[in-house]
Amino acid sequence: MLSKINDFVVRFANVNGTGSASANYLFAKAIFRMGIPVTPKNIFPSNIQGLPTWYEVRVSEKGYLGRRDGVDLMVSVNPQSMPDDVSSVKSGGYFLYDSTKKLHPELIRDDVKYIGVPLMEICLREFTDPRQRQLFKNIIYVGALSALLDIEFGVFEQLLVEQFKGKDKLIAPNLKSLKLGVQYIHDNYTYPLDLRLERRNLVGDKIMIDGNAACGLGAIYGGATVVAWYPITPSTSVAEAFEMYAEKMRIDPETGKKNYAIVQAEDELAAIGMVIGANWNGARSFTATSGPGLSLMNEFLGLAYFAEIPSVLIDVQRTGPSTGMPTRTQQSDILLAAYASHGDTKQVLLFPATPKECFEMTAGSFDLAEQLQTPIIMMSDLDLGMNDHMSDPFEWDDKREYNRGKVLNAEELEEIPRFGRYLDVDGDGIPYRTIPGTHPTKGSFFTRGTSRDENAAYTEDGTVYARNMDRLLKKWNTTKNIVPAPYLYQQKNNSPYGFIFFGTSTYSAEEAMDIMTRENLIFDAMRLKAFPFNKTVEDFINTHEKVFVIEQNRDGQMRTLLINELNANPQKLIPVLNYDGMPITAHTIISQVNKNLTPAKPLTYHQ
Amino acid sequence: MTYIRSQFRHPNLPKNDLGYTTTDYEGAISTLCAGCGHDSISACIVEACYELSIAPHRIAKLSGIGCSSKTPTYFLGHSHGFNSVHGRMPSVATGANMANRDLLYMGVSGDGDTASIGMGQFVHVIRRNLNMVYIVMNNGCYGLTKGQDSATADEGSKSKKGTVNPFQAIDLAGLALELGATFVAQSFSGDKEQLIPLIKAAIEHPGFAFINVISPCVTFNNNPGSTKSYDYVREHMEATATTDFVPLKKEIKTNYEKGTGTDIKMHDGTFIRLEKLASSRDPYDRLAAMNALLISRSKNEILTGLLYIEPQSTDLHHTIQTSDRPLNSLEQYELCPGAMALADFNRGFR
Repeated sequence: MLSKINDFVVRFANVNGTGSASANYLFAKAIFRMGIPVTPKNIFPSNIQGLPTWYEVRVSEKGYLGRRDGVDLMVSVNPQSMPDDVSSVKSGGYFLYDSTKKLHPELIRDDVKYIGVPLMEICLREFTDPRQRQLFKNIIYVGALSALLDIEFGVFEQLLVEQFKGKDKLIAPNLKSLKLGVQYIHDNYTYPLDLRLERRNLVGDKIMIDGNAACGLGAIYGGATVVAWYPITPSTSVAEAFEMYAEKMRIDPETGKKNYAIVQAEDELAAIGMVIGANWNGARSFTATSGPGLSLMNEFLGLAYFAEIPSVLIDVQRTGPSTGMPTRTQQSDILLAAYASHGDTKQVLLFPATPKECFEMTAGSFDLAEQLQTPIIMMSDLDLGMNDHMSDPFEWDDKREYNRGKVLNAEELEEIPRFGRYLDVDGDGIPYRTIPGTHPTKGSFFTRGTSRDENAAYTEDGTVYARNMDRLLKKWNTTKNIVPAPYLYQQKNNSPYGFIFFGTSTYSAEEAMDIMTRENLIFDAMRLKAFPFNKTVEDFINTHEKVFVIEQNRDGQMRTLLINELNANPQKLIPVLNYDGMPITAHTIISQVNKNLTPAKPLTYHQ
Repeated sequence: MTYIRSQFRHPNLPKNDLGYTTTDYEGAISTLCAGCGHDSISACIVEACYELSIAPHRIAKLSGIGCSSKTPTYFLGHSHGFNSVHGRMPSVATGANMANRDLLYMGVSGDGDTASIGMGQFVHVIRRNLNMVYIVMNNGCYGLTKGQDSATADEGSKSKKGTVNPFQAIDLAGLALELGATFVAQSFSGDKEQLIPLIKAAIEHPGFAFINVISPCVTFNNNPGSTKSYDYVREHMEATATTDFVPLKKEIKTNYEKGTGTDIKMHDGTFIRLEKLASSRDPYDRLAAMNALLISRSKNEILTGLLYIEPQSTDLHHTIQTSDRPLNSLEQYELCPGAMALADFNRGFR
């Protein structure tokens, strides 16, 4: 086996609810601190305690942050999943297991190297408290790994000091456990392995954080004051992050009272209703949900579209349909979100790909929502939302001012002869609005989901109704040049072939392109950041012979949206899909693309 | 319905403390059926807001879907209104109230909107004790879809078509009491003397104030055999007491004999006066209220008046400790922590 420095996948097989997550995170963070690009992914069951859970850490000197198939080193601490875990190790890989119990002969593979560490035995010897015995077992294997993979011990010491700040007495037993692991390897094995780490300076000023926390912080920066939500995996931590940051940043120093309100609603219908009520009343407000919640919110989203009420919704997508796989990822709410609600509706979508974009797009979505007076739906997903990602640091320009859109204040109302809520005064389809309570006699109107005229008066006159629908379409066209433009990977076209992708498919798409470029196979590429699509997207499709649309759902939903909205030729748009609930890999992309090239190029994917 | 409203207004219409006449509290002309109970309730809302001298633009009126939910168009024309989706007005009101605690939230709903499709939101808005007035215009039937029984139709009540409702009714006042509502009243659209003071008291109440108003549907549910017809309600109404609302600073003067009344002091010093309160009735006693309601029902009577009030009511803002200033008035500098703080956050993520 070739020596693999800074380029491998470690997978931890644990039991849900045993405290393994923080130990595994410690492992990943230590690699990050050594300046090496790393991608951790939590593969967890929809369960609180007792079922198998995995944590996968990809280390990549090249900076590939997508998921990669194949395990180089399996850390097995769950007998339940051991047969599967053994078989998922790549030939020539390693299998670290708790050797307190002898390994069953059926689990022995000739092409795998076994490293037994008697984790339970060490714990029983060193600790008396049953909870400690369980928790420190995890830290002991991290210690063993630090020796095997050559992780700097000082990095761990520093991380533990930071992690247990204020709970200093926890530092010593954690350090002791780490050392027990190191010591066991030292006494029994030759180390480090050929699979190992070397300090680099490849991380720069990057941060490591999950997308949901980034959304929560983004909402603080974006000025959200009212949050209404209903718990649902994988979006729950968005509201929780908002609350955590709000407790730090949003307490009135004089009164100790909160400059925000969080309401845990009775369901998603109520959550979006509250968001609409708050925005209608001039507060910036958002909710976070996932597919099932988005389904429930459809009626209200139609109201917000038609009555033109700003609102922000963060959809952290999971595997559907129905309850689907609640703890697995997908990009499968695209069509539901794009056309949410009955009647002719079109909703504005944003597609963040990194935590930094989660932060920026959430903060910016409040500007967009108020500017456009319509719902803005952020299309995050479980992979982005719940896993830590290496990301550029967040940025904020203090000169930036919130764009509250066309809101008339009392003086402005005084100056105009008559206020018409749905009058297209500026010719961009975006009318002016007023906030309740602004002026004693002017500016009040009746907000309704029924048809109405320019002055917000109820009407069943078809001509007036159609005129309003056409104005909404005009606003939609205005929107195209206001939402974030797609990112183009090249100045001018270099290839007859193009890639279109978005969100978390980006990581593996970029990796695939990099690999293919080395094989001299050049692709142009575009990353979508928003719906509606602007002219650039149309031009990109028109100027390529074949465009591969990479996404994580069965039906090629983004492809459908492109065909429908841009009248693109379906023959031209080739779907590249992954929908097994795991993040798409570069390998999947390359093999599907390859099948559609004539003649097929014998591409190899080097692992 | 009427198509034309006279533009004539008496030049010397009395003005309230803010200088407004009742005209300033009226809305567009009603498109409901002539004689609809809902229009009488709208008139009572107009009167109550006028008498309390609430600036019309400081009121937000909200509703769901249905005949009742159309009424906000017909009162308080200078107030912002929100006709939301069926059964979901409480959530919109909750969000609106969270955004600006300084407005008065006047919610109007119907029996379908509240007791069926909106039951979940109704229950939870009570649980949160949101500071709002919630009036159900209860006619026991679905008017807009032409007269189907609603969930508040009494068992055995006969519809216009002659069918008899086989299901037991949901008693909204009883439910509100059970759920811990801090203000529960019941009235009849035809009893202005009782309803206006109740609405005024509900407005003053710092929390969720629920008024279930029986409001006969003249078109679909005003027939013999219906228990929500004008005749039936008039015959079966049992008032807990005569109600009067006494605003702050105004001398308590009343037409009733002195010494027979009970004054309920509201949080801001105003009073609700309950005259001729039955000796067995205590408006602060939830259990007694539930009991009285059940006894009335067993006698096929409709108990009206103020059934229960929680004198120590504190609303949702108090519970979750939000700023005393309306959240929608906070400026960017108060909301956005800025670049320096973000640099700190970034450090923490490394």
